[in-house]
Amino acid sequence: MSDLEAFRKETRAWLEKNCPPEMRKPMQSEEEICWGGRKWKFHSEAQRVWLERMAEKGWTVPEWPKEYGGGGLSREEAKILQKEMRTLGCRSPLDSFGIWMLGPALLKYGSEEQKREYLPQIVQGKIRWCQGYSEPNAGSDLASLATKAEDKGDHFLVNGQKIWTSYADKADWIFCLVRTDFSAPKHEGISFILFDMQSKGVSTKPILLISGKSPFCETFFDNVEVPKKNLVGQLNKGWEIAKYLLTHERAMIGGIGLRAAGRPVSQVAADSVGLDADGRLADPVLRGKIAEISVDEMAFVFAMERAGDLAKAGQANPAFSSVLKYYGSELNKRRYELLMAAGGADALEWESKRSKEGALARAWLRTKANSIEGGTSEVQLNIVAKRILDLPGA
Amino acid sequence: MPLVLNDEQSLLRDSARGFLAKNAPISHLRKLRDQRDETGFSRDLWKQFAEMGFAGILIPEAFGGTGLGYVEAGVVMEELGRTLTPSPFLSTALLCAGAIARAGSEAQKKENLSKIAAGARIGAFAVDEHSKHNPSKIALSAKRSGNGFSLNGTKSFVVDGHVADFLIVAARTSGEPGDTKGITLFIVDPKTKGISTERTIMVDSHNAARIAFDNAQVNADAVLGEVDQGWKVLEGALNVGRTAVASELVGAGEEAFSRTVTYLKERKQFGKRIGEFQALQHRAAHLYGEIEITRAAVLKALQTLDEHFDHAGPIVAIAKARAGATATLAVQEAVQMHGGIGMTDEFDIGFFMKRVRVAQELFGDANFHADQLARLNRY
Repeated sequence: MSDLEAFRKETRAWLEKNCPPEMRKPMQSEEEICWGGRKWKFHSEAQRVWLERMAEKGWTVPEWPKEYGGGGLSREEAKILQKEMRTLGCRSPLDSFGIWMLGPALLKYGSEEQKREYLPQIVQGKIRWCQGYSEPNAGSDLASLATKAEDKGDHFLVNGQKIWTSYADKADWIFCLVRTDFSAPKHEGISFILFDMQSKGVSTKPILLISGKSPFCETFFDNVEVPKKNLVGQLNKGWEIAKYLLTHERAMIGGIGLRAAGRPVSQVAADSVGLDADGRLADPVLRGKIAEISVDEMAFVFAMERAGDLAKAGQANPAFSSVLKYYGSELNKRRYELLMAAGGADALEWESKRSKEGALARAWLRTKANSIEGGTSEVQLNIVAKRILDLPGA
Repeated sequence: MPLVLNDEQSLLRDSARGFLAKNAPISHLRKLRDQRDETGFSRDLWKQFAEMGFAGILIPEAFGGTGLGYVEAGVVMEELGRTLTPSPFLSTALLCAGAIARAGSEAQKKENLSKIAAGARIGAFAVDEHSKHNPSKIALSAKRSGNGFSLNGTKSFVVDGHVADFLIVAARTSGEPGDTKGITLFIVDPKTKGISTERTIMVDSHNAARIAFDNAQVNADAVLGEVDQGWKVLEGALNVGRTAVASELVGAGEEAFSRTVTYLKERKQFGKRIGEFQALQHRAAHLYGEIEITRAAVLKALQTLDEHFDHAGPIVAIAKARAGATATLAVQEAVQMHGGIGMTDEFDIGFFMKRVRVAQELFGDANFHADQLARLNRY
């Protein structure tokens, strides 16, 4: 038996023994995701135990180095773990911006001290991070951000405002882009700093969205003191880190549909339009559209896998994350349009028991942000045109 | 297995690419067309292809082949797609040799495989009977007669059927059109009495045949595999064909795209290179993404054929559906972005549009495969 085959067997056995049965049922909605953090209240004992056991093995982040609490798995081993988890229906033990975004940036740009301080807490889900990037006047043109951090000797004094900060009101710490040099060209005066959301002068205000929910906040900084040691990388060189982190954020948002909870579109449609005598959906046009998106969804799963393998092989273009972000977010919007079409009038109920208080309609509306957050679809296409296709003037 | 080509596969790609760029660029196809070549392909080129080991890519070394796998077959198909080269590689080396290597008797292997590997024997795979691919509807009948079977019916869109030394024919020995049981494969000499072949030159200047069987008598030892149990062998061969054509579509689509991007960087209008216009940039960037996502799906299908041949069906359907749709978009954008010159026969880009239309149709178009996937998932 090869090493990988042995690893597969061990992994399967470990998961069967350690993943609680409740954590092997499909999630009914995004509400059931485990985000962790100081303020986190576990939904169930099973959710707590599952996170604890996976974190202990470092398998919340299978490919991070062991010295920082990660699983230390090779790419092939991590794929096996992922596949076995999918086979058994195991839920993700922990979703977090620390895992998807900050972690990779710290691994590349952080000091040894910063890695040892922050990475293990991310692995264990102890600290929940949010991202201070967009500002009211710095959206697609992110580099024009104006939140300033003044050098006060042993600390920075931060003043300004962020917007669209996901879950800022639930987060413990923020990774934040600030302007540390106002005289330099806009890309060259930005720094990347970390601070506690409980610091004096930080306040958040949730923004009510069309979905009736508030996943995003306005975040205000009023004379916030941030210790100098919380600067990641070099002063005024934060844009490089920001861009690197964005490639990870984009891959994460691109994959958003793959983590989607709930029933497949074909089942929702079968319930509402029924099947014909041959066992096919009775609405042939809807059936065709569902079949087409199924093709695209599976192809996209393979594209994500290949992107990871190319990165591992050193053959990846970093801008490829823009392709994944663009395609994945557009795909997710398509999926929810079809879910709404398949669900018909039932899917429109906003306040009713059987609709779980409009869960589907709210999720559908939420997806409209997928092609805006983390850089709009149009910005992603600009990046591909410039960085991959090398088109003139792009 | 990582979803990337390994070093040997990359070398194979480079060698196929180098060979075809030198010996069979698009001017090769154009010349065959313009000279109204009587076979529509070059036997010399096929011989050279065999000398490089390509004709025996799926044939075991014991029969003179190189015994490589489906990923390697796909790598070569992709390169053929870039140059649009008419070649018996698909019909002979992949469909026929593959089916005989997997399901043939020792005698059938001996008779065919080493000659195929040497480039000395051309085979054609006869499945379709109607304008749309639908293999379970096979109606061509094979009735027991004397020491063998008597074949009656018609096959069409038989790729390379006009020059084949032998045919593999999917026929019905029992059941009704629509049943997957009751299908039998036969290895047939096209010179058999009762068989008449009409060459059909297709829109892409590649060739196929319409073949009529009128009480054509074949011996019992012509059966490939088992009587009535041919569906599995047929489906296997078709899955190889579908994935191979999907690879070709990736090659053709990507080449058309790459020529278009080059054109966007050169052509000037309104005092600018047209690639500076965001309307075109975004469409080009979108198409790039589609091609790369399709490439991943096709490679996954090829790897699955190598690792889990009998379970490849759903992934093959995804790959062929994606490849057909993506390459179609690529050639449509290519002609549109080239503008007037893209419509001229003198310019090569139109050849891509024609080939992609044929390859999209071959062994099931995007609609057929999306429908297959829906059936497999019971909706």
